[in-house]
Amino acid sequence: MDSLSSMLYWRQVNKNLLDLSILELAKRLQDKSITSVELVDESYERMEASESVIHAAITIRDKKEALALAKKADETRTAHSSPLHGMPYVVKDGYVTKDLRTTAASKVLDTFMSPYNATVIEKLEAKGAILIGKMNMDAWGHGASTENTDYPVTKNPWDITRSAGGSGGGPAAAIALRYVPFAIGEDTGGSIRLPAAWCGITSLKVTYGRVSRYGAIAYASSLDTVGPTAKTAEDCAVVLEAIAGVDPKDATSSPHAVDDYANGMTKSLTGKRIAFPTEYYKEGLDTEIKAAIFKAREQFVSLGAVVEDVSMPLLEFGVPVYYILAPSETSSNLGRYDGVRYGNGRELFTKETSRRVMTGTYALSSGYYDAYYKKAQKARTVFIKNYASILSKYDAILAPVTTVPATKFGALLEDPVANMMMDVYNVTVNIVGVPSLALPCGFTKDGLPMGMQLIGNMHGEKTLISLGSAYQSATDWHTKTPQGVTI
Amino acid sequence: MNEYELVIGMEIHVELKTKSGMFCACKNDQSLDKKPNIYTCPVCLGLPGALPVPNKTAIDWTIMLGLALGSEIAEVSKFDRKHYFYPDLPKGYQISQYDMPLCVGGFVDTSFGKVRLHRIHLEEDTGTLKHTLLDGKRVSLVDFNRSGTPLVEIVTEPDIHSSEQAKEFLKTLHQIVRFVGISDADMEKGSMRLEPNISVRRKGATEMPKYKVEVKNINSFKFAAAAIEYEFNRHVAILEKGEIPVQETRGWNEDKNATVSQRVKEGAADYRYFPEPDIPPLRFTKEYIETLRAALPKLADEVKSDVMSAHGLNEYQGKMLVENTIKLTKFQTIVSLPSIQRANVSGPTIANWIINKDIDPSSSENQIADQIIASQTIVVVSDDDLMKAIVEVMEANPKAVADFKAGKEPVKMFLFGNVIRELKGKGDKERVVALLEEKLAA
Repeated sequence: MDSLSSMLYWRQVNKNLLDLSILELAKRLQDKSITSVELVDESYERMEASESVIHAAITIRDKKEALALAKKADETRTAHSSPLHGMPYVVKDGYVTKDLRTTAASKVLDTFMSPYNATVIEKLEAKGAILIGKMNMDAWGHGASTENTDYPVTKNPWDITRSAGGSGGGPAAAIALRYVPFAIGEDTGGSIRLPAAWCGITSLKVTYGRVSRYGAIAYASSLDTVGPTAKTAEDCAVVLEAIAGVDPKDATSSPHAVDDYANGMTKSLTGKRIAFPTEYYKEGLDTEIKAAIFKAREQFVSLGAVVEDVSMPLLEFGVPVYYILAPSETSSNLGRYDGVRYGNGRELFTKETSRRVMTGTYALSSGYYDAYYKKAQKARTVFIKNYASILSKYDAILAPVTTVPATKFGALLEDPVANMMMDVYNVTVNIVGVPSLALPCGFTKDGLPMGMQLIGNMHGEKTLISLGSAYQSATDWHTKTPQGVTI
Repeated sequence: MNEYELVIGMEIHVELKTKSGMFCACKNDQSLDKKPNIYTCPVCLGLPGALPVPNKTAIDWTIMLGLALGSEIAEVSKFDRKHYFYPDLPKGYQISQYDMPLCVGGFVDTSFGKVRLHRIHLEEDTGTLKHTLLDGKRVSLVDFNRSGTPLVEIVTEPDIHSSEQAKEFLKTLHQIVRFVGISDADMEKGSMRLEPNISVRRKGATEMPKYKVEVKNINSFKFAAAAIEYEFNRHVAILEKGEIPVQETRGWNEDKNATVSQRVKEGAADYRYFPEPDIPPLRFTKEYIETLRAALPKLADEVKSDVMSAHGLNEYQGKMLVENTIKLTKFQTIVSLPSIQRANVSGPTIANWIINKDIDPSSSENQIADQIIASQTIVVVSDDDLMKAIVEVMEANPKAVADFKAGKEPVKMFLFGNVIRELKGKGDKERVVALLEEKLAA
């Protein structure tokens, strides 16, 4: 495609500022060797070069407006400015924003302008970050491939015949193509991690309540989490520090103190203990992914960590439990889109959304509630205990993110069960509420990125980031960009 | 008719007068004449992404009401979502409480027996709909001002068996709510709403009737009693034909003085209740509940017995004062004024004055006290002058005198009143009665 080729040409002759880490960019912005205007300009160049093919975005801010904000950021920067001051970023379109329309990738909200900003947007705005786009997703978060969007489907930048993953395919593709230094995703059952694995980037699913959900369009309220997507674990740490914290507008937000997540990272992992759940590496897992994670295991050992086999036998129950809890909550959360407000009616829900709403409505019906929802909540307690028993002895659990690398378009759309199973390694993390860092761990022989995840204790983000960062200091998977993609 | 008895359970909704909404910071303004949709925000409009944060005062007040009514307070409680579609419910669900209400049990005493409470829970009020004509078209307008107002629901056991008992129960409950100070409980404004669930069974039967009729739109105790009476007669007529009244919701129609059918309930509605995931469960320690108990203001009964024993009032005087807080405050202020104490005016005299006189609301307590003191200064009138007035009145009303002699006892009061008028209020009234009786008997 011409647009991608032109982007490649453009990159050869330009500075490629957006390949740099957030802290490096912040340093250069501080010493005035670069400007926010240049950064924002590069963001738009990159988007203009590939958006007509990739469709990572649903709505992009007017360039002039973004440049004006960048100019203002350059003028107002002080020695005390946040590293995110004047930094362009994008969010999944499931966050409400005053300045840009919010669709959650559904035509039901096609023209919806929110009168208020999500807390995460307010926090980033307060740090001086510049929102430049609203990214694609499966409508309402319902899906694992971004194919359930009502807008043009996001293509995987590594192979445009394949899915970028979901539900947050848009933000992941945007980071893979270095549109911006970071993006805000939303993870209910793998929606941040799965696209990160398929697009070869790093992302953090935070502890439930770590980041305020106020203004995040609810998919399944007890599972939804707000987290960063970026190039590296360290970048995720810088963003997390800006967005974490208790919010008086979210009764489920955590009062736990916010760590200095990016501080104290070491290259040695001596004393760190990692659990390796053997059940996660049995049949069903792609052999290349399995091999890549076994190699990563060796890498962790060579960095000084102890990695031990453990048993986590509940894996197979994760998807059934998740697909009772999440649809039940979503059937309730989506009730407000009844056609009375917001312009469009329920007939515009996708098949996947209708399926989940109907499943959830059934599970909550009187006579079925005890057998489904209540039982699933009890199972939730069992998962919590199982994770707690492992994580009381280990700093993290090393697990795959997906069973297979990025699938061809249609594969998950035509097979709803395969779509559900895609998140088999992810959903229990949300059911339990613990954090998880997804990061690249290699490429298939076909050149598709592969990912793994480090699952930590409640509020154990700092530990996960230091583990991930040490791994990334010894490997270069996270530095690869889809330049050699055949199109 | 005497073979049947009423079985009534009552649902009472009370809007709390907290400063802000149940789950948002919007002003809680229950006045009726404000512009529509002025107190709204993303939360009470149910906008995408908005989250509810419970109002602590509303929770505390509900517990205090429970304490005042002898309920057991839950150590662990939670909110639940109750789903149904209606245009005044912007989220598609109401945040309410299902199986773990804040208060369980409790009771209200009536002279017909104890009315046990089933539960008291806290929820959010809905918006309101206005069906009207706009540019010649029939439209329904939604006003979200009321959306998210804290609403307490009190549910009784089916312990009410007459309209008189219902009225007494409601009046007592109303008084308790007002004394706890958590609501204006103004039925005209809808801040207290009554919904009796009425059924009728044969006297002596113990099992619950197989049907019940819920009556809505009742905005006074009088109408509650009237609706119950109306329903009783209606049900008896149906039962007499060997039929069972239809289970339905009816509305009280003030103009027709009757209930009219609104909605027939086919089986139980499925509200798909489940725990509200946006609000963590609520936990209360015993110590916390005790601090709320300590903060509870005195209740009507307690205030009544206090005021009766402190000032020598009778039951009637105590009751009349407690039922009207303005009069009670006036009484308490006036009774302790130095001028009143110097004049040695008794408590019952002051109470009678305040209860019976049409007091100009603009007059101060001191002015009222002066009037009371003046009325107590008896101008002595001689028996001769009294008798003179009596004779004059009797001569002017020969028919009344004849009627009295024919056995019409009440006529005496008519004559007495005329004598007093003749005396322009002066003179010892007891002496007037004695002399009048003497003269009539002669």
